[in-house]
Parts: sequence; C-alpha cells; structure tokens
Amino acid sequence: MRVQVERRHHGSIIVASLAGELDHHAAQAVRTALDQELTGRRRVRLILDLSEVTFMDSSGLGVILGRYKKVQDTDGEMVIAGVSKAIDRLLEMSGLHKIVRMYPNCETAVVALKEVAK
Amino acid sequence: MNATNEMSISFTALSENEAFARVAVAAFVLPLNPTMEELTEIKTIVSEAVTNAIIHGYQEKYGIIYLQCKIMGDKMELVIEDHGVGIEDVDVVRQPLYTSRPDLERSGMGFTIMESFVDEIEVDSAVKRGTRLRFVKHIRSPLSATRYEV
Repeated sequence: MRVQVERRHHGSIIVASLAGELDHHAAQAVRTALDQELTGRRRVRLILDLSEVTFMDSSGLGVILGRYKKVQDTDGEMVIAGVSKAIDRLLEMSGLHKIVRMYPNCETAVVALKEVAK
Repeated sequence: MNATNEMSISFTALSENEAFARVAVAAFVLPLNPTMEELTEIKTIVSEAVTNAIIHGYQEKYGIIYLQCKIMGDKMELVIEDHGVGIEDVDVVRQPLYTSRPDLERSGMGFTIMESFVDEIEVDSAVKRGTRLRFVKHIRSPLSATRYEV
C-alpha cells in the first residue's frame, strides 16, 4: 500500500492519498505514516483520499476510525473522499457514514474544508 | 451435493499471506462467473477469517492456517481453520463492534462483515484447540456474466 501526503490551501489541509490494498498487513504502516502528520498539531483538517484503494476490510475500518478519533482530539475535522461502492458498504455497516463527511473526490473535499476554515 | 471441484492450501500465519489467501480463493471460484461485487465479498470473507486466525488464533506467533474451498453447483464452501488459542465464548465475539484487541485498533466489525457477505456461517471453536470457520455462499450471477481478472 502506498501513502502519499500533500498539503493544500497554504498548508492548512492535509491530503492523505492511499493506493492499493488496505488490510491488516498494510494497516500498521498506514497508521504510522498518517500519525506522523497529526502528532503535535491542533485543529487538523485531514482528507483521506481512498479513490485508489482497491481492497479494504475491517482492518481498514479500524485505521480510519482510529485516525478520526485522533483528528477529533486535535479539535479538527477528518473527511473521506473517493469512496468506491465496496468500501462505502463497509463504512455504512460500521456506522462511520453517520460521523464522517464523505465527498465524491478530493477536490470537492478541499473546497468543503476551505469553507469550514473561513 | 458432492463437490465438483475442490482445493486446499496451508500457509504460515503471517500478515503478508492475507493477500495470497484472498487472491487464491478468488481465482479458484472464477469458473462460477461471480460478479465483481461477489468477488469482493469473497475476498473480504477470506481476509477477515485469515486475519482473525493470525491476530486472535495464533496471537501473532507462529502457526499454520488451513484453507479449503469447494465448488458445489452454484455455491462455494470455504473452511478456514487454525490450531491456535480458540474462542472462549463465540456469541460474544460475534457481537458487532466487539474486539478483544482494542490495542491494535481493531474495529470489531470482522464477524459482522463475514455474516453479511455469506449465506451460511458456522463457528466451531475450542479453547487451546483452535477455531474452524465454515462458510457457504451462493454465486447468483448468471453464467453469461462478465468475467473479471483478479
């Protein structure tokens, strides 16, 4: 699994793009990579871009839920972009649908988070 | 009904084998012409069961996972077994959001997902003996359905 992190909107929005299969094997590396970006920050605005995730199971749900809690602890907001039908089904089953905002792609998520920052 | 085709594999309980197991089963069931959605469900079931064996059954220590898959008409039967620590109370672990390993950020959704994606599920477990999960899933797509590469 590949994790690419970039900053948008003058560095105030973190976009983490995941690509590949998010299972238990990949989970620890993804967790470490994302937590590096969150540590010591306040009011983190994180976009988790899942548009290139080709497979995900409950280990992926654990990673997403864990990052959601960490971002909440910073008084920030995490949103998810580019969810496939298969991943959407898992998010719905877990109840994440109700607590995390979803956007069809990264660009719409950036626009939405810019609005929050205003 | 007798199995028309069957395969079995055994492999070390290592997380890098999760992808191997789900791709092996997905490739094996391809003659049933599953849809992309059914294929994803099958891969997810395998992934959940193998991950459970690694994390909970063998507690991330050395062990062997036994996987058997049979095709019987339009349905597949899948058995995934470990000889690890076993489950004390199966009803408890089947509850949504239950996890015995919150330290690993487990979501506790594994069993719920497996139950949603199959037609039948049987859990046979004994403490210090191991756990055997048996699934039956009907492949409902017509034979003319498009085939997919895995």
